[in-house]
Amino acid sequence: MIRIESVTKRYPDGTVAVDRLSLEIPDRSITVLVGPSGCGKTTTLRMINRMIEPSEGTILLDGVDILRQPVNTLRRSMGYVIQNAGLFQHRTILDNIATVPRLLGWGKEKSRARARELMERVGLDGSLAKRYPYQLSGGQQQRVGVARALAADPPVLLMDEPFSAVDPVVRKGLQDELLRIQDELGKTIVFVTHDIDEAVKLGTMVAVMRTGGKLAQFAPPAELLSSPADAFVEDFLGADRGIRRLSFFPSAGLELLTSPVVAVDATAEQIAARDTTDAPYLLVTDLDGKPLGWSEPQDLTAGEIEPDQLLPYGRPFVAATDSLRAALDCAVLSPTGWAVGVDTDGRVAGVVSQQSIGEAIRGAHAEGRADGTAEQAATVTR
Amino acid sequence: MNVLTYIDAFFSDSAHWQGYDGIPTRVVEHIQYTLMALGIAAVVGLPTGLVTGHTGRGGNTLALIATAARALPSFGLMVLMFVLLGLGMAPVMIPLVVLAIPPILVTTYEAMRAVDPAPVDAARGMGMAEAGVLFRVELPVALPLILSGLRTAAIQIVSTATIAAYVSFGGLGRYIIDGLYQRNYEKVVGGATLVAAMALATLAVFWAVGRLTVSRGVRRGA
Repeated sequence: MIRIESVTKRYPDGTVAVDRLSLEIPDRSITVLVGPSGCGKTTTLRMINRMIEPSEGTILLDGVDILRQPVNTLRRSMGYVIQNAGLFQHRTILDNIATVPRLLGWGKEKSRARARELMERVGLDGSLAKRYPYQLSGGQQQRVGVARALAADPPVLLMDEPFSAVDPVVRKGLQDELLRIQDELGKTIVFVTHDIDEAVKLGTMVAVMRTGGKLAQFAPPAELLSSPADAFVEDFLGADRGIRRLSFFPSAGLELLTSPVVAVDATAEQIAARDTTDAPYLLVTDLDGKPLGWSEPQDLTAGEIEPDQLLPYGRPFVAATDSLRAALDCAVLSPTGWAVGVDTDGRVAGVVSQQSIGEAIRGAHAEGRADGTAEQAATVTR
Repeated sequence: MNVLTYIDAFFSDSAHWQGYDGIPTRVVEHIQYTLMALGIAAVVGLPTGLVTGHTGRGGNTLALIATAARALPSFGLMVLMFVLLGLGMAPVMIPLVVLAIPPILVTTYEAMRAVDPAPVDAARGMGMAEAGVLFRVELPVALPLILSGLRTAAIQIVSTATIAAYVSFGGLGRYIIDGLYQRNYEKVVGGATLVAAMALATLAVFWAVGRLTVSRGVRRGA
């Protein structure tokens, strides 16, 4: 565990970059430092591997002051990923990745074999091994940066705005990849970003910092969204935090109705037999059970259902895995106000109204509050 | 008679290819002077440029010294040194070295400053020692520019080393100075042609060194 104890960084000109910051960074999880520029988040990160020395306070790694070991030994035990990757342009991709193993005195062959392994792990094609950095796209370069940081299998990974310089689509891919790698490797990751959405998506814990190097709030993302500590955090989280928070609640608890669902080849009796007391609309599916669109029951004539006459159903949510946010989004997108839940193959599992989703949200909030208290209690005992 | 006839006459005279005043001897002497002056200038200029460029300190002082050194006339400096030190290699070497240091020093410094700071930061953050950062991260990237500084210095030395003949040393300047004295223009033009050819050969050597030492990853676009 990394423990930052009342650390201050003051520059000779009197600027205070970090002000009496204390933080406990839990093992084997992603801790995100987020805040506006000038809040000291990068300075904090760089103090962990002593790229910057604190003016006051101590940083402990597994209970031992980081000043107690030689600086380069410390740095080699922590992977380091920076914005734009910072690859060595005169070295091949393979040799870039093999940097730290080579520094640690591994043989050339062993280092390269390890580098090949890492390329695969971060989703880089082996054919890129002999290429040079300029021949790679920004996203690929950043993957190399991550592979290089992981090469010597360090327990700690420090990442300084690693995905800020790539376009949103590539960034999403890299974020998903990082979460996947983290599932496999379970590193202690400290991740700096100015992007609150990235923080909420990646962080197990999120430390929001404010200008002047002060910690504003340190909490799991769901808690951050539900109960920001003050106006600054609330403002920093942005306008739609209520909606975003729904990402943390599963849609699995929603009660899906199958009675308002008919197949496109339904007979007049089948249509008439549908119970429309709860649902004013019927969802028509194709013969595979995939959604086609909504219709009012009286507009459906057996045998003459025209798929392009139906009302749109928005973007269905996967009932088993998606969040309440996806379900709500689906309901909002459809003019009927009903959301379509599908299974992983895209077949309709059932439909649910905005109203039911609203009830589920209220229920989740109530539960969330109870959970929050339990979680805090757990933190205290730990 | 035009220049080409002079050149033809000079090179086809078999007497110019033999003995202590023959072309091979003079070329070898010229190469020796050049290598010696370039070597001394590099020993002074390269480490100074690498260290100041790496640390980023002393850039202004460096520019000042370099400008001052460039303002010194080589020929005048040699005569002065000859008067002060008497006959010897030193009065020849000093002006050549003074001439060669500024391009080496200034380009090396600039080359190091121009290295992208991101990989340097990454290297330090990964626990590379300072010497490693300098030699394995910065130098390979700065190399093309450093070589261009050395090349400029070498070419200036090749053309200026002709002044050695003025204080009774050899080299290709021998033909030019003797030719002028003897009003033998064939010799003057022949000597000048050899100097020009040697400057071109220097370019070729540096091109080859660049191909061999600069990584493909750095060379792209160049």
